[in-house]
Amino acid sequence: MKILVCISNVPDTTTKIKFAEGNNSIDTTGIQWVINPWDELSLTRALELKDDAVNGIKAVTVIHVGTAASEPTIRKALAIGADDAIRVNAVSSDAWFVAYQIAEVAKKEQFDLIICGIESSDFNGSAVGGMISEFLGIPSVSAVSSIKFENGQPVMIREIDGGKEVVTVPAPFVAIVQKGIAKEPRIAAMRGIMIARSKPVKLIEPVAVDPLTQIVELEKPAPRAACKFVDADNPVQLLDLLQNEAKVI
Amino acid sequence: MSVLVYTENWDGKFKKFSFELVSYATGVAKMLNTVVTAVSIGKVDESELSKLGNYGATKIISINNEQLAVFDSQSYTSVIAEISVIENASVIIISNNNTGKAIAPRLSVRLKAGLGSGISRLPLSLEPFTVYKRTYSGNAFAHLVIRSDIKILTLAQNSFELVETPANAIIENLNPSVDGSLLKTVLKDVQKQSGKVLLTDADIVVSGGRGMKSPDNWPPLVELATLLGAATACSRPVSDEGWRPHEEHTGQTGKIIAPNLYIAVGISGATQHLAGISSSKYIVAINSDKDAPIFQAAQYGIVGDAMKVLPKLVEAVKEIRK
Repeated sequence: MKILVCISNVPDTTTKIKFAEGNNSIDTTGIQWVINPWDELSLTRALELKDDAVNGIKAVTVIHVGTAASEPTIRKALAIGADDAIRVNAVSSDAWFVAYQIAEVAKKEQFDLIICGIESSDFNGSAVGGMISEFLGIPSVSAVSSIKFENGQPVMIREIDGGKEVVTVPAPFVAIVQKGIAKEPRIAAMRGIMIARSKPVKLIEPVAVDPLTQIVELEKPAPRAACKFVDADNPVQLLDLLQNEAKVI
Repeated sequence: MSVLVYTENWDGKFKKFSFELVSYATGVAKMLNTVVTAVSIGKVDESELSKLGNYGATKIISINNEQLAVFDSQSYTSVIAEISVIENASVIIISNNNTGKAIAPRLSVRLKAGLGSGISRLPLSLEPFTVYKRTYSGNAFAHLVIRSDIKILTLAQNSFELVETPANAIIENLNPSVDGSLLKTVLKDVQKQSGKVLLTDADIVVSGGRGMKSPDNWPPLVELATLLGAATACSRPVSDEGWRPHEEHTGQTGKIIAPNLYIAVGISGATQHLAGISSSKYIVAINSDKDAPIFQAAQYGIVGDAMKVLPKLVEAVKEIRK
């Protein structure tokens, strides 16, 4: 069995976002780039599954659509434990474009399981995983918080409004995962970092396809009014404000 | 032409979010000078279906097919795609919850329709079709142009006010063909949460962080939530420590919520936490550190030890509720 983990390269989650000139992209000066948090958990879970020999997983491959600037993030994924990587050499213009490229690769390489994070922390689109599955015409299970194999069959927990469902689908399929899928992201050890340098990164040129969407402007969220402080011994005053000023209780 | 809105039901009932979706669809339809068709899949009786008409849907298509009893992203996509073609839909509105996130991207590919997700306002313009979208986990909002003929938008919960627009809705029962070979999802078990206010539905949320010091200190927080009819939530360290279940984790990698009131108790307000709660209409912070970043996000604050403030707050709520 082969697993493909899709990774996105995003600004570190503590980054203070500033806009570049033109206000339609971010100023990347000084930004630390990391593996999208959900994708890091996906990779961790894929490696945990591979560690258990019973599952018979031969390889965990990571794929990324991006320019050479994303190389450090790909190397990090390899250092964490991915066996090899594929980079589609293109600017990731929108979810449609990215999913199209990944699906094209997946058609040729025949993965049994494709794992995607439920969203990226930059674009927050929740789109790529579902799109890949539809391009490939294979099942997808979304909001997966647990995945394991029982007698070769995938068993997943998916979160629904007000509960959980335990489901299975036949392979090949796409699992779109959320928090809970792995406890904590696996951290690269020194040995992993050394080995990562010699692991293969296959470079693929993109298929020509037009994106369907485009960000034309970014704006900051509206600033909030300054905080009104209430004395710790007088919570009644807080309730009065919530009742009569904010009118929320 | 029409605007199509998919309205999910929960055990045959709609909830406020369903009506937000129809209200939003009606707003978009007005801009486009067209009508709203709502699609419901599952066993929902006529009186419940007709409620969708109160918010402006003029046609309600109800599909009650046993084959669709288990949610399967591929077959639901097929059914909604088929109806969107029949209804000549130019815009399709779906929820931004887990169901919507499972359907919308598949539908996007099926119809070659650009997707705008996590939308919180009516389109900014029609030519070009531009929507207002949350990005960078709430640290920025994008004006996103969708260039395809058909557009799919997923609406963020609690972001759009209900607008009553009574319409004489016609209810049409439809039984579209379901390709059995697409029904791939097998349901093995269901675990429903019962008797609790759902975090994503709640108007008020009371949330605890590391400042609560121990899982044993939660009873007054839960009591406050119960008194206010609120849901309980927590910060990431709290769920990582196993003090509270991970379903309660609000923040960038947890749940993104937008209640009317969010009460943060003993939460310092790291960027990642604020990413999950910044759309709350009002934020109250209770924290012993007056310099905690949560006070930058809050409108009301109390500087004090959570364990001392909470019991007093509980008593005060009891007092005003008498």
